[in-house]
Amino acid sequence: MLHFVLTRLLSLTLSLIVASLVIFAVIELVPGDPAAFMLGLNATPEAVAALRADLGLTGSPVARYLDWTGGLLRGDFGQSYTYRVPVSELILQRLWVSLPLAALALALSTAIAFPVGLLAAARRGRATDYGIMGATQLGIAVPNFWFAMLLVLVFAVNLRWFSAGGFPGWEAGAGPALKALILPAVALALPQASILARVLRSALIETLGQDYIRSARAKGLSQGQALRRHALRNALIPVLTIIGLQFSFLLAGAIIIENVFFLPGLGRLIFQGITQRDLIVVESVVMLLVFAVITVTFLVDIAYALVDPRLRHRR
Amino acid sequence: MRVPVQLILGAILTAVFIAAAVLSFVWVPHDVTALNIAAKLQPPSATYPLGTDHFGRDILSMLMVGARTSIAVALVAVGIGLALGVPLGLTAAANRGHWIDDLVMRGNDLIFAFPSLVIAILITAVFGPSAVNAIIAIGIFNIPVFARVARGGALSLWTLDYILAARVAGKRAARISVEHILPNIANLLIVQGTIQFSLGILAEAGLSYVGLGAQPPTPSWGRMLADAQTMIYTAPRLAVLPGLAIVFMVLGLNLMGDGLRDLLDPRLRRVRT
Repeated sequence: MLHFVLTRLLSLTLSLIVASLVIFAVIELVPGDPAAFMLGLNATPEAVAALRADLGLTGSPVARYLDWTGGLLRGDFGQSYTYRVPVSELILQRLWVSLPLAALALALSTAIAFPVGLLAAARRGRATDYGIMGATQLGIAVPNFWFAMLLVLVFAVNLRWFSAGGFPGWEAGAGPALKALILPAVALALPQASILARVLRSALIETLGQDYIRSARAKGLSQGQALRRHALRNALIPVLTIIGLQFSFLLAGAIIIENVFFLPGLGRLIFQGITQRDLIVVESVVMLLVFAVITVTFLVDIAYALVDPRLRHRR
Repeated sequence: MRVPVQLILGAILTAVFIAAAVLSFVWVPHDVTALNIAAKLQPPSATYPLGTDHFGRDILSMLMVGARTSIAVALVAVGIGLALGVPLGLTAAANRGHWIDDLVMRGNDLIFAFPSLVIAILITAVFGPSAVNAIIAIGIFNIPVFARVARGGALSLWTLDYILAARVAGKRAARISVEHILPNIANLLIVQGTIQFSLGILAEAGLSYVGLGAQPPTPSWGRMLADAQTMIYTAPRLAVLPGLAIVFMVLGLNLMGDGLRDLLDPRLRRVRT
């Protein structure tokens, strides 16, 4: 087990190093000097040069790479070019919007997907199953930003139950803040719920074909009892993997939805960073997201190996 | 062998969009680059079957030309994934346990760890918004998908007797991969290709919605939605039609992919009967 953890840890470290190199290289390729971009057309060359030095843009790429990664290791994400505050401060602020949004969307999608997936598996091959499968096909095909627009059209423009966008901040109280996150969360949850329901259904149908389910039925359990007590538990592994992936997707994947609803989240921070050439923000936030995905994958691997000893030795 | 209903349904939907896109090269009801402010925001009529937008452009014509952009971007992105991913996957499978296999698979995992939408937005923003850069941004993330599918399919084939026979006959791994493995994983690749095609349509719509896809005056479905959003109070109809086009195109491709998988995968067929 120790050997397994150490090799996975080594591969995790290597992945992070390669990822940081890739991100740094892409950012290096960005045309346009951030200092000149910030000072505008009338800036003197001296002013631009002074700002470049101030932003830490002078020096060789190798030195700047080491400076950046060294900072990351100490928890220093650099200083935003446009906001003139530490990037870590910006990230913390934005996480207060992105984390609740992702959690809300994930809770919604799981709450929809479980009953729906169970029902489809229990009624497999019948009209209910076909109906659910058709509906989830549709759910996958709907682009979430378009679904978001339709939600705004119905619930904000026509019914006036919600505002069409914006975020009042948590200072305004939990009620108004959560209310502002409901429509975006629903828009994010629909495609996720459709995918999750389909994965759950096929995992359940596969376990339902196993011998132990037949044994459970033979000792007198009904189809529903066998499904809930034995099949669901064994079908959970692929489902949990998908849920883990969806969470990390939701953190960054809300980038377009946050733009539709003008939410000040991580996605919007990256988007503004890209358009305003605030490259240090883009660099550090993307690295943080990659770090999150790689770490979640690592933890899931370790958790599986703890549960299932066979996985420790499989390549 | 029964042809699955969803395959027929999906193929019809897809064919309609491809036909509309092809037709748009030779004929559209109205010119999509000509502005006609006098005829702006008209409801559907005999002249404008689906009405006009805020510049007086015909919505039907814009949807037809938009289909062309969407299909071209997604299709070429699938081509990039196939052309680079399949050789990588085949090489990895042929060198199972070797460091080459490890390198390819670790590289795959690494690309999967990147938030694809963020990187696509970064690439198109950095190298300039255009259809070509959208293709590259979407295509990069297709490579590991096809590499994984090709490797997985090839690994199970390498253990079979007829491959052993080919090795005994003195064929090299590369030749076996092309002559014996590739034809037998073609069905897997076709199914995955349709799925990536539909994901590409969604990704292109997302990119052009935030203004990073095909540039005006070339119409694209995502851009039409972005324009419609600013007029959602005055002309909600404009927000509905391009969205429906995306949904039906993606639905058609997904149904076709599922149908093809049922038709081509003998293992599934046995389970069904």
